[in-house]
Amino acid sequence: MITYPFAYTRAKSLDEAATLIAGNPDAKILAGGQTLIPAMKQRLAQPPMLIDISGLKELAFIRAGGNAVVIGAATKHADVTTSAEIRKAIPALAHLAGEIGDPAVRHLGTIGGSLANNDPAADYPAAALGLGATLKTTKRDIAADDFFTGMFETALEDGEILSEVSFPIPEKAGYAKFPNPASRYAMVGVFVTRTRSGVRVAVTGAGSCVFRVPEMEAALASSFTPEAIAGVKIPADDLNSDLHGSAEYRAHLVTVMAKRAVAAANAG
Amino acid sequence: MATVSMTVNGKPVSADVEDRTLLVQFLRETLRLTGTHIGCDTSQCGACVVHVDGRAVKSCTIFAVQAAGAEVTTIEGLAKDGELHPVQAAFREHHGLQCGFCTPGMIMTAVDMIRRKPDLDRKTIRAELEGNICRCTGYQNIANAIEAAAKEIGGAA
Repeated sequence: MITYPFAYTRAKSLDEAATLIAGNPDAKILAGGQTLIPAMKQRLAQPPMLIDISGLKELAFIRAGGNAVVIGAATKHADVTTSAEIRKAIPALAHLAGEIGDPAVRHLGTIGGSLANNDPAADYPAAALGLGATLKTTKRDIAADDFFTGMFETALEDGEILSEVSFPIPEKAGYAKFPNPASRYAMVGVFVTRTRSGVRVAVTGAGSCVFRVPEMEAALASSFTPEAIAGVKIPADDLNSDLHGSAEYRAHLVTVMAKRAVAAANAG
Repeated sequence: MATVSMTVNGKPVSADVEDRTLLVQFLRETLRLTGTHIGCDTSQCGACVVHVDGRAVKSCTIFAVQAAGAEVTTIEGLAKDGELHPVQAAFREHHGLQCGFCTPGMIMTAVDMIRRKPDLDRKTIRAELEGNICRCTGYQNIANAIEAAAKEIGGAA
């Protein structure tokens, strides 16, 4: 039950949503609602107004071209994981989407909502950073390297709405996640890609925000094998520590999951 | 307040509800369809699963106004002409319940998974039940029931 009243508006277009949020800076965009509505139930969020973009057809699409897969921000996880185009172009991305939450959550939850929320243990930020995606908003294009700025923080400004994400198609990619056994959020998830311009390793769940591991990227650029990074240890200093696992445990998991992600990339 | 209209179990319904009304509240309190259960307040348990436009969703994690214009199916809408749906019949036959509280959500999830994945194996059934929590059965007989129902529905098709 939501214990306080708020105003709800179903936007008829992205333009209308942008106008509405410009006039109501405290409003929240409602995409899939699979994080926002539970947060409102717990009173962790109490926006006075919701602008619903979940039904906008212009934001729900998958386009796979020669160099990139472009996904509309209101595209559901279930549609990403079952997309024949994505399974062919970037199978690791389809695999990742199928590991988010549970089937009912995947029927409503959206890629744009997940990225804009930037939960430290969410899966999609690892894919966006690992693949070097470009995030398009109502105002500009933002590189994934600049988008994720901190715990639940992004480069999105007030009134700026994420509209689509462009993922460059890599030569190889793999995602390996150690899920929290209760919540299925990532204790640690590692997304590894190899492209013509180099190797990227992105880690979610371990720290306050998704991050890259340059030492692993350098080692994998010489030899794209699990063995190449077996000796790379991540310092535990800034990692998350909670009842599910210590920072040292997560640091250990980063190397383990990175090796598995490389093995998955080489297998696929 | 908003006037919300949708189709529930094949019948058009319409009512004035507050914007903050969750779909599950609309079903239970406004329409008095109390077969859909609320087992938690954290969107985790799956007792409230219904189908919205043919997809299984947690009716506690969507507002009634968002389902305006949609086709909603609840556990009350599965049986036809006094005959239990094959998944309902399989849950009875295989003792896929003990206290029964999670059962409506389990069955709505099972119907959805059989529709999406006709060739269900045990591992897939277990994985697909990720969002439905049962505190009685240990899931064994639930998986048995879904496996049997999938075979029957697949065989009939």
